[in-house]
Amino acid sequence: MPLELLAAFSILIALTFYVLMGGADYGGGVWDLFAFGTNKDKQRQLIAEAIGPIWEANHVWIILVIVILFTGFPKAFAAVSIACHIPLTLMLIGIVLRGSAFTFRTYDKQEDLRQRLWGRVFAIASLITPITLGIIVGAISTERIHRDYIVDFISPWLSPFTIAIGFMTLALFAFIAAVYLSVEAFEKNDYTLATIFKKRAIISQCFLALSAFTVFMLSKSAAIALWHKLANSHWTIPLQLVVAVLAIASIVFLLKNQYRLARLFAVAQVTLILWGWAFAQFPFLVRPEITIFNAGSSETTLMYLLIALGLGALILFPSFCYLYIIFKNNNQVN
Amino acid sequence: MEDLLAARCQMGMSLAFHIIFACIGIAMPAMMVIADYCYLKTNNQIYQTLSKRWAKGTAIMFAIGAVSGTVLSFELGLLWPKFMDFSGSIIGLPFALEGFAFFTEAIFLGIYLYGRNKVSRSLHFASGVIVAISGALSAVFVVIANAWMNTPVGFRLVNGQLADIDPIAAMFNPNACVQVIHMLIASYASIGFAVAGIHAVMLLKQKDNLFHKAAFNIAMWLGLIMALAEPISGDFLAQAIAHNQPIKLAAMEGQFKTEKGAPLRILGIPDAKSKTTRFAIEIPYALSILAFHDPKAEIQGLESVPESDWPPVLYVHVFFQIMVMCGVTLSLVSLWALWLHFKYHTFTNNKWFLRAVVLTAPLGIIAVEAGWMVTELGRQPWVVYNVIRTAHAITPMKGLLTPFITFTLLYLFLAFIVTWLLYKQVIESPKDIE
Repeated sequence: MPLELLAAFSILIALTFYVLMGGADYGGGVWDLFAFGTNKDKQRQLIAEAIGPIWEANHVWIILVIVILFTGFPKAFAAVSIACHIPLTLMLIGIVLRGSAFTFRTYDKQEDLRQRLWGRVFAIASLITPITLGIIVGAISTERIHRDYIVDFISPWLSPFTIAIGFMTLALFAFIAAVYLSVEAFEKNDYTLATIFKKRAIISQCFLALSAFTVFMLSKSAAIALWHKLANSHWTIPLQLVVAVLAIASIVFLLKNQYRLARLFAVAQVTLILWGWAFAQFPFLVRPEITIFNAGSSETTLMYLLIALGLGALILFPSFCYLYIIFKNNNQVN
Repeated sequence: MEDLLAARCQMGMSLAFHIIFACIGIAMPAMMVIADYCYLKTNNQIYQTLSKRWAKGTAIMFAIGAVSGTVLSFELGLLWPKFMDFSGSIIGLPFALEGFAFFTEAIFLGIYLYGRNKVSRSLHFASGVIVAISGALSAVFVVIANAWMNTPVGFRLVNGQLADIDPIAAMFNPNACVQVIHMLIASYASIGFAVAGIHAVMLLKQKDNLFHKAAFNIAMWLGLIMALAEPISGDFLAQAIAHNQPIKLAAMEGQFKTEKGAPLRILGIPDAKSKTTRFAIEIPYALSILAFHDPKAEIQGLESVPESDWPPVLYVHVFFQIMVMCGVTLSLVSLWALWLHFKYHTFTNNKWFLRAVVLTAPLGIIAVEAGWMVTELGRQPWVVYNVIRTAHAITPMKGLLTPFITFTLLYLFLAFIVTWLLYKQVIESPKDIE
């Protein structure tokens, strides 16, 4: 397999992890914002406990995406950075405020007003990043970012289509977070909370379906090449069927209180949505000119990059498993 | 404000904040592990409280360092896309490695912070050690990338196109090793002194507070060992600059004319117009000796290249003087500390010494900031030394003043809150042993 392809694939893997883990943290922020009812404090506490030990690690995935992109495909990185200057900046502000507000909330005095203030900042910032991330994904899928010239700094990324992807990303993150949180609550034997997040998972699944449909319809005129691939490739009908089955399965298992199974299906569903987009985008990194094959770094660079990623993975995955085993099991040792 | 200036200001401002967050993020886990080790050895509760405090500090700084580091990785593209387009394939590799070091740090910091009751004591301690090591490794990789900007190797330019890219050679560029060591030592020295200074304030108020004594001792030992090592590593770095970036050295020293047996200028104000450095104390032959260990060695002056290739001489020279002065002061305080230790076996009984530490506490951080100014301004007008000019690397995006102001306000806000939290969570005397 050509090295460029492997490097691009590793970007997809890192992005998948970012969506499944970092995305869920943003989703947690969304549910923090929409926490209501008599036990809203308990809901927020559950979210904080679920995010606490792992949020920093979850967010390194986006740094990895950036780094692989600028090492492996510097031209793509430069083109996106120029055309999407504004949404990238907004996304950054979201990342900064969200991460810092969450930390400040954890370490500031447990005084009600201040806690609520940090909570608000954390929750609102959690909305900005998914939406802008989606907008950027939309921007590189439409055919408006060129390699050597720029028309202006707004039109490459602002359109109903990109905004729809922004909201779809938000729905995706909220969905995956609600599913994870229902599992967490269930495993802590808090069935009321589990039911609450179960309902929210189902609601956000509906929003997700709705926004996905909107995106698909808008893509017909806004991202013709992408739409063409989504509509006409031989793999797309089976893929869409599988996603639909997984989506329904996750809801069914939630309703049957089989939370762990529901989570499995939700993870598979979200992954396939992301990969479906990636396959439709292939071989482009940034439509309409920059592809995996014409923007790749030299062979030597790609080889060393892949070696570094491989070695990194050897350290990373066992450490990650260890982290998850420690925190997702609730046994204590002295 | 011109876009180029705004972009440079934004980058400089982001780095100026990040370097403090990063230094604390490197040195604080080291102190946390030392305190934890003392606790394991002595079972003294004070050390446990201390390591918990420093762990909280590490956590706060790590989170803030993480976001400000993310900002920087994006800003490289947002502000300097043409630089990244050129350099990504050559010097992206250490950034990828840094990503993994960062990951490791995040994972084991999670275990260290939240796993105190979930893993055994030795595993817990080991996680702390991994946090300290991977924090330092992150710095190693990032500084390697910066060193490459100063001494770019590992590629050839054929008709303006890159050829023969060798990322490993780029990583082991001539400045890499010396610059990495200088920076790492600086982080430990500056934060060691800063923390010691804060606890010295507390000790001056509460003479026998055991918590502050323990904290002061650990921070002071770290600070003094590193502050004494720093001039040695600085000498190696200066020699490397003399060989690899003679014009930068000339700017640092205010050396306009190419000269054999050049004097070392202490203080003084270089004037680019009249091409002289006025009001300096000159030590004959000293610059030639320091740079090449030969009193007759020739020092290349700024005038050997066109003025359009000069860095901003005044700033580079002045910041260099500031860095050296701060460093020398800290070394002297360190020698005093050593003398006190060998004579009385304690530092904390001497009020005058404690006062001196309070006064000199910020000098390490000032030296770090000034040192980075020397490195970065001294590299100008190049973003990649002698290869790409900073002015050619900038994004075509207009109105860069807006993000500059936005991020400045954001960073000021972060710095304010972080300072407040560090005071509340880390420094304040514990009411009872936590």
